[in-house]
Amino acid sequence: MIQLIDLHKSFGSQQVLRGLDLTIPKGAITAIIGPSGEGKSVTLKQMIGLQKPDKGDVLVAGESIVGLKRNDLNKVREKFAMVFQNSALFDSMTVFENIAFPLQEKTDLSKDVIEQRVKAALADVSLRNVEQKYPDELSGGMKKRVGLARALLVNPEIILFDEPTTGLDPVIRNSIHQLIKDTQSRFGFTAVLVSHDIPDIFDIAHYVAMLYQGKILQFGTASEIKNSDNPVVHQFINGILDGPINIGVD
Amino acid sequence: MFPIRKLFTELNLTNIIQTLGRHGLASLSAMGRMGSFLAQACYSMLRFPGKPMLLLKQISFIGAKSLFVIVLTAAFTGMVLGLQGYYTLAKFGSEGLLGVAVALSLIRELGPVLTALMVTGRAGSAITAEIGIMQISEQIDALETMALDPFKYLISPKFIAAMISLPLLCAIFDLVGIYGGWLVGVKLLGVNPGAYFTEMYRSVEWRDVYSGFIKSFCFGIIIAWVSCYKGYYTARGAEGVSRATTEAVVLTSVLVLVWDYFLTSVLL
Repeated sequence: MIQLIDLHKSFGSQQVLRGLDLTIPKGAITAIIGPSGEGKSVTLKQMIGLQKPDKGDVLVAGESIVGLKRNDLNKVREKFAMVFQNSALFDSMTVFENIAFPLQEKTDLSKDVIEQRVKAALADVSLRNVEQKYPDELSGGMKKRVGLARALLVNPEIILFDEPTTGLDPVIRNSIHQLIKDTQSRFGFTAVLVSHDIPDIFDIAHYVAMLYQGKILQFGTASEIKNSDNPVVHQFINGILDGPINIGVD
Repeated sequence: MFPIRKLFTELNLTNIIQTLGRHGLASLSAMGRMGSFLAQACYSMLRFPGKPMLLLKQISFIGAKSLFVIVLTAAFTGMVLGLQGYYTLAKFGSEGLLGVAVALSLIRELGPVLTALMVTGRAGSAITAEIGIMQISEQIDALETMALDPFKYLISPKFIAAMISLPLLCAIFDLVGIYGGWLVGVKLLGVNPGAYFTEMYRSVEWRDVYSGFIKSFCFGIIIAWVSCYKGYYTARGAEGVSRATTEAVVLTSVLVLVWDYFLTSVLL
């Protein structure tokens, strides 16, 4: 579904991606894991054209999106939705307005239809009676659910999740994971998930890619990565202090 | 042989040149980015002028909500002009020209410039902070991922609202300022009320009025341009927003004063 080919990306003198190759399978959940600051979110942003690579190519459904003009890029982005780390809800809008916004702006649907679809999307993520609340009146878990509802509403083929459970307690975290798993199996979209939630991620992801030093060190099914004998992968998923990963602590 | 290398090392000249070069390139790049931002904003304004409700909301924010501060500033500016003008003109026995002095000072210069500076402090800083917070909290990225153009929703309405609001605010500033001068000159210091207004009507030309409006219109563009640009390219959290807001206010104020000089030299 998405192919990243020999991607390079630097910010000033800091080289983040150094020839990353990754193919995201269609209709499955793929998790990208790796140490902090290795460029997981950068990789996600390359997939939807929020950042341009210095070198390399990004193919979405076989079509290159690097160097596309805004209008052409927007046509490709119609396939996508993204759930952000901090939910990225519009803080001047209510929950209803936040979720309805893409439909109001991009479709000719009537008010009633939009209202029904917003209610259905909120029910899909198990939220009720929050339509008139503002984002700052919601808890972290509720914001993530609203973010997911906003993403689901446009029936995307691909949903990108940027650390969707950061800062949540274990119960809410599990409920969000379950929600992602359930909605993905119901709607069949392709999901790419950047996460640090190990080992929980192995229960929801079909495939896992380990990002290390700007490249994909290992890609495989969740169980293959879980049982990997690669020393870096092993150290990372087991949280071992001693090993090849330099954590910068003496 | 002259020890050039030694001299360069001792005076650290290479470092100085490198630093100057780096700053020069960074400034050029920032100017290019600002120019490209303005071009994109203009294109967006022509293509998507914005929904009427969005536009009205921005006119209310930039224009209507600045009214109080504009009226207050205008009243005291006019009163100070009345006071200063009276004592200066009285030395030459020309108190009757007070109305002309107050009106021309306000209409040609002080009205547009002070209106722009007050709107920069009240609305420009808020625009930068609003867009900056949207940038660092990924709300602008969220718009992009929805295949919606941030310029259409965020930037165009602010540009159009500033271009409409500034000349209107300037007109109000001029009017209130003239009556402020009248209050001090005529009511407190005893200038002939007939002379105050008659001389003003005789001396103020339509050209003075429209040159003030042209200035205000241009200052509206500058305020929206710098404030939106600084917010849009904010980075590094709360500190970044704070820095961007300060930079926006300082840069807008400087550009307003510099541009005022150039416009005056063209319009006079």
